[in-house]
This record gives sequence, structure tokens and C-alpha cells, in this order.
Amino acid sequence: MIRGLLLCHGRHCIFALHNDGRRAKKKSMKTAALRVLVIDENRIRASIIEAGLREAGHEDVTLVHDVSGIGRRIAEINPDVIVIDLENPNRDMLENMFQLSRAVKRPIAMFVDRSDSASIEAAVDAGVSAYVVDGLKRERVKPILDMAVSRFNAFSRLARELEEARSELEDRKVIDRAKGILMKSRGISETEAYALMRKAAMNQNRKLSEIAQSLVTAAGLLGDDA
Amino acid sequence: MSEARFEISAGFLPLLDSALLVAAREKGFAAAEGIELTLLRETSWANIRDRLAVGHFQVAHMLAPMPIACNLGLTPLAANTVVPMALGLGGNAVTVSNALWHDMAGHGASDDLSPRAVGEALRAVVAARARSNASPLRLGVVHPHSGHNYELRYWLAACGIDPDRDVEIVILPPPLMADALGSGALDGFCAGEPWNTAAVLLGHGRIATVKAKIWRSSPEKVLGADARWGEANAEALSALLRAIHHAAQWCAEPANHAELAGIMSAPAYVGRPAGWMLPALSGHLGTAVDSLVDVDDFFVPQAKAATFPWKSHALWFYSQMVRWGQVEHSAANAAIARDTYRPDLYRTALKPLGAALPGANAKVEGALPVPTPVGSAGASLVLGPDGFFDGGLFDPDDLDGYIAAQRNVAG
Repeated sequence: MIRGLLLCHGRHCIFALHNDGRRAKKKSMKTAALRVLVIDENRIRASIIEAGLREAGHEDVTLVHDVSGIGRRIAEINPDVIVIDLENPNRDMLENMFQLSRAVKRPIAMFVDRSDSASIEAAVDAGVSAYVVDGLKRERVKPILDMAVSRFNAFSRLARELEEARSELEDRKVIDRAKGILMKSRGISETEAYALMRKAAMNQNRKLSEIAQSLVTAAGLLGDDA
Repeated sequence: MSEARFEISAGFLPLLDSALLVAAREKGFAAAEGIELTLLRETSWANIRDRLAVGHFQVAHMLAPMPIACNLGLTPLAANTVVPMALGLGGNAVTVSNALWHDMAGHGASDDLSPRAVGEALRAVVAARARSNASPLRLGVVHPHSGHNYELRYWLAACGIDPDRDVEIVILPPPLMADALGSGALDGFCAGEPWNTAAVLLGHGRIATVKAKIWRSSPEKVLGADARWGEANAEALSALLRAIHHAAQWCAEPANHAELAGIMSAPAYVGRPAGWMLPALSGHLGTAVDSLVDVDDFFVPQAKAATFPWKSHALWFYSQMVRWGQVEHSAANAAIARDTYRPDLYRTALKPLGAALPGANAKVEGALPVPTPVGSAGASLVLGPDGFFDGGLFDPDDLDGYIAAQRNVAG
């Protein structure tokens, strides 16, 4: 009885919600028990989405990282909402499955709300998509999509920052090596070696790490530094 | 290089028939029309559709039935999409696992790709498996709204195999087909190149028949354009169609095939060896490690009005959507399908070039047994042969009759 599904476009995530009519009464007024399935091969991101859902009062959340046998899993889980990342190459397969009522017992495959183009755009930009079972009210699903979008964006930002930090570390390593080469070949101090490279970088309008990299490469080519 | 007047982003999937778009960019045809053409590779047709809908792409390499499905509301999300141009004819094949081919050969499958003989052998295998309570064969296609799905089903049904009851048809992305065949997850698949050739070269399967023999000179991929963008940017769209027209001419020239194969093999495009691209371009198809078959019109990038968006093609796809229960037939739905393909936009763009422009917007599909000169504006034009392997005819003026007749056959 899936009426909608949220799909993601980044790494890999799918999550689905279920609404089988048995609307459990929650302490929180805003959430009835929606069954949500998150499909994402990226376990970290899936966990971030899951945490967000739980914080919002959705306790019936299932994470799936591997789409093999997903048809059976969806039939078992019977989600109301499915969230999936847009990078997943199996989106066509999943959408087809949602459309075959015999596979999932109830048709899904309506994007959260066609008329809400801003939401759709935000979701695709963030790399996430959602499917919802038929008949779910948009007010119930919209917060889930919005949460998924913001968590996807936060995840991308984190991943970007991590990548930047990693490359900064790489840069530092190559700069240290270049300094060592200069100290050895010119018999100068570390401070002097660093100043020399910085001057070269400024004169050539290049990054310090680029200067260092060419130094290391050149030294390697000339056999000065293994 | 002249200053770009238009910026256009196009999505595509890693398939050989994205070649027209790729050549338009890589060989400078887009730049010559003042277009800065950005090509973005995608991982699923759903992404192509979604990113077109939200404006990341203005146009895209699309399965020919997809824009029709979008406009009919059969997809979760869709912009109103128009088809101002096709991206060639043919290009697909049906590849089966070595084990299935072994069984089919035992039932008389011929190695000449004949849809009839191969299909009858397949029917015998299907029947034998049913008698021994073996699980039904599992066949992969790339999308429910694809030429692959419809031509596979057309072929199976015409050979007496019910595509819904006698076999299981599943959806899988094209780059995964060969591995799925090798691992035994699939018994066969219908997909575009180079993925059939890949399965053969990796030793996972054998090409059993081809689209060009099931329905010769039949439509496969199209250029889908965001209708609103196209309307507001008619000049940019026309310039793009001219660029693709020149690219199609370049792709069709055998002397350019080696270079094109090299371009397509780049990581940003198909990202597989150039040797995988050549069979589709030359028509010398390696159907098995020890078997080479020459296929006429395997993939037609330009000749026979291969880029013309025939309304009869749109309506045939629509008839198959009805046949397989994807949409209810109504006059309104048929009109949506017909209006999705826009030969008027094609003519407007290409007329100044003196290109061969068909005089009609639709034709009776399957009616030409031999190459036939037809009425055209601009350069002269020869169409066909274009037959369905079972001798079927599709007259777009008798859509109701065709739909009624196939209902009886489909069972």
C-alpha cells in the first residue's frame, strides 16, 4: 500500500513510507505512524535521514542499502513513503516496480506533489526523490521530503568539507616534501625553504601546493628525491 | 571560435546512440551554430526525466516512447516534453545467455538472427520449461516505456510467447545487463549498443536477434525538449537541430566511424573500449565469439530520414502502451501521443539547409518492402525497407483498428 516514494539523486538512498490505514495514535499530534523506507547505498547518509525521521516522530523507519531483492523487501515493509537518492542506477527498475500493483500490492509512483514545483526542484537539486502511496495528504508527506532535502544538502556539504580537508592534508604533505628537497639541495633552513616557495607562488600567481608539487615532480624526474 | 549565443545542457545515458549529441559537441557542429552545448551523463532515465522537468536540462537523449509517457501522465514527474527530432533508427539487439542459446539451438535456432526462427526456438524452450516446472525465463529491458520493451514484446507475442505470462520481464540499467547475464540473474535482454557486444565479448552471451530485423528502420532514441523552454527559445532549439543534423551526417560517414568510436569510448561518454562501439556503426555484428553477421541498417544515424520525428512512430509506441496495459485508449490520449512529436519544428529548423524533408508527417509503417523514393522538399529522399518481421502493417489513420486487432492477438 505504498502511495508515494521519495527518490534521491546523490549517492544512493531510497525510503518509503507506509500507510495501511492503521493510523497509530502518537503522542505528537503532527505525526501519525507513517511507514518510511529509505533506500540508500550510502549507509552514513541513510543513517542521517533516519535520525531526522525519528526526531520528527517517525518511528517506523527502515533502511535498505542493497537493492537486490528489493521487491520482496518492499512487499514485506509495505511502506507509505519511499526515499531514494537520484544516483541510484536502479531508479527505473524501482519505479517500474511501484507501478506494478501486483509487486507492491498498491500503486505508488506519484511524486510528492506535482503542483509543488519548488519542492520538486529542491529535491532534485539535493539529489533525492520521494514516492508516496496514493491518497496520502501532502501536509503529511511534505515535512518528510523537506527534511530529506535538508539532510541531503547537509550531507553533501559535509562530504565536500571532508574532501577539502583531505586535499588540504595532501597539500601539506607535498609542501613538507618540497621543503625537505629544497633544504637538502640548497642547504637552507626550513623557514627559508618555505619563504622561497611562497615567493615563487606569489610571483607566478599559483598556489603554494602547486609550486610544491612541481618541485617534487621535478626532483623525482631528476632523481634527486625518490 | 565565435561567441556562443546559446547555452544548452543536455542529459544522456552511456549508449552508442547518444553519438549524434556527442558528435554535435565534439566535432564543433554545435559551436558552429553558436551553441555552447554541455553534455551530462546520467545514471537512469528517471533522472533524465526529472532533471528535464526541473530545468537542469533543456533537452535530453531519450527513449522514443518516454516523452509520450511523460505527456500522458504515466510517470511520477514530467515536464511537458516535445520531440522535435529523432536520434537515428535501430541500434538494439536481443542477447541471450550461453545456456539459453544452447537450449534454443537444440530447438533449431538459426544463427542468422532471423526473428521468426529464433523466436520459434525460444517458444519451444519456454514450453519445455513450463512442462518441467522450471522457473520462467527472465528477460531484461531498460525501461517500461522503451523501444526495447515494445519490440521485445512484439517479437515474443508474434512468436506465440505471452510476454506477461510465459516469461518474466524485468527492468535493469543497460550497463548492468552483461554482468546480469553472466551471473545468471538474467536469461536474456534487449538493450542498445554497446551492451550486447559487451556481453558477447565478455563471453556471457550470444546475440539472438536484432531490432533491425524485428522492425527494420524503426525508431529508438529521440531528442526530448522541455516544451516551455523550446517555445521560449525557438531560435536556440532550431540551431541545435541544425547542429545535430550535421552531426548525423558526420556520424553516418563510414570514414568517420573509427574516430567516432574513439570519441564515444571516452570516460565522459560511454567509457568503454572503442572496439565495443564499432560493430553497431559498421553493421558487422559479432553475435558470438566465433560468429560474425552482417546486418543491414543495424543503426541508421542519418539516411532514410532517420532523424525525422514521424507522428506514425509516436502513434505506434502509443498503440503498444495500450496493448500492454500502460494506458487506456481514448481519442484524447492518442492526440497527446500524436502531438508530442513535432515534425513542424524539424522542418522549420532544417529547411534553410536544403535538407531532405519528408512531405508527410506520418506514414504507413511496414509498407515499404524495398528502398522507395518519396515526396520531399529539399534534397531527394529514399525511405525503407521498413518491414515488421511478421509482415504487419501499422496505418496511423486506422489506429483504432490496429489496437482492436492486437487485443485479439495479445490474449
